[in-house]
Amino acid sequence: MLYEQIAKNKRKTVLVMFSFFVLVMLIGAAIGYANFNSITTGIILAAVLSGFYMLLMISNSTKVVMGLNHATEITSREQAVILWDTVENMAMVAQIPMPKIYIINDPSSNAFATGNSPKNAAVAATTGLLEQLNQEELEGVMAHEVSHIRNYDIRLSTIAVALAAVIALLGNIGTRMLWYGGGRRNSKSDSKDSGGATAILYLVSIVLLILAPIAATMVQMALSRNREYLADASAVELTRNPEGLISALEKISGQERPMKQANSASAALYIENPFKKENRGSLFATHPPTEKRIERLEHM
Amino acid sequence: MPTLLIVLAVVVVIVLFYVSIYNGLIKLRNWVEESWAQIDVQLKRRNDLIPNLIETVKGYAKHEKETLAEVIEMRNKLVAMPAGDHQAQMEVSNQITDSLKSIFALSESYPDLKANQNFTELQHELTNTENKIAYARQLYNNTVMKYNTKIQSFPSNIVAGIHHFTKTEMLTTPEEEKSVPKVSFN
Repeated sequence: MLYEQIAKNKRKTVLVMFSFFVLVMLIGAAIGYANFNSITTGIILAAVLSGFYMLLMISNSTKVVMGLNHATEITSREQAVILWDTVENMAMVAQIPMPKIYIINDPSSNAFATGNSPKNAAVAATTGLLEQLNQEELEGVMAHEVSHIRNYDIRLSTIAVALAAVIALLGNIGTRMLWYGGGRRNSKSDSKDSGGATAILYLVSIVLLILAPIAATMVQMALSRNREYLADASAVELTRNPEGLISALEKISGQERPMKQANSASAALYIENPFKKENRGSLFATHPPTEKRIERLEHM
Repeated sequence: MPTLLIVLAVVVVIVLFYVSIYNGLIKLRNWVEESWAQIDVQLKRRNDLIPNLIETVKGYAKHEKETLAEVIEMRNKLVAMPAGDHQAQMEVSNQITDSLKSIFALSESYPDLKANQNFTELQHELTNTENKIAYARQLYNNTVMKYNTKIQSFPSNIVAGIHHFTKTEMLTTPEEEKSVPKVSFN
């Protein structure tokens, strides 16, 4: 089951990147048509820009995601002895290299893992998590994060998060260019053209409006909730102690305050949704309801 | 002529298959050794820490000589043991674990010792090492299980038999660690 999941994650990564590429071409075509009256120019421009950006994002994904969430890396054991030891133990049992460790200064307890392979991975924990959880609970949470790393969940989810951020950026650039570029063209051309330009303006805005939720859905698709259950199960396999993870999940989901500095695009990476106002049962929820996760853990 | 080609193809496929099974077995056997090395590193680390602990405790808890002597004796026994017998090494190691626990428990009745910074640091280090030994043992048993399953299942058992890959014993876990301690707040 684990190997199937890993293979599936690798396949899905390719699929996500391909759909992203198609989406970017479409946006490029729209921008090119609206601004230069040439679909090809737009496509070439988008391909070059996004290709470059994509490479940068993929090679730097850990830093990008950590930066988005205001996490700082700790480089020696002395800075956070208990967290360091716990991660080291979990990585040892899971047979992955020790991931980099980041800390987020936030009183709300939460944690996530990111990176593009077990060799190049990182885990982050909030200061609230370190304060509120005991040793066994922390072990459960870190085992969950380490399982995400070992199962290659992180590669898929991190790339999906990074790409969703690119789409948002491209959408922004597109609308801005439209405001200036479109306006300039209008002044040069005859008034009969302006009707067409306005129509295109509307069309593109509508397309961009549609694209934003598509990007979000892409992230959801990549992060099917099943992988959370699987990471919970793998975590227990590592610690042999379901109670630790159960009581950690209870503590984390029971807290009132949402995270201050979490980045919305990376919400799906966290062990628990960092924003509290989500409709839990809905189809687009990033995480399965905590009660269901606990229920499954109790039956192990 | 075609028959010859078919026979040749079959032979090539069989040879490739054989080689890949053999390499898989080697990889698993190396994993087992590597996971034992993880335990060994921690055992050595603990052996290094114990004399420091005894030195620190000695000054405060003069009436506990027997407990201290026992730990040292077992520690020396473990150091002197030949490297081969993993199960025997772990049995001595488990005894050390128990006596360390009793040393930490008796520190409760010596407030000065408990307040000693050196002691608290050693206690933390040793607890961490114990933790790591427990996790390393779990890793070892996981890899041994994978290795044994491979050796016993068809068709890798044939290759294993020819090249004398033999079953490795899992390490037994002390009884008290098998059951998860239940903490209740009543």
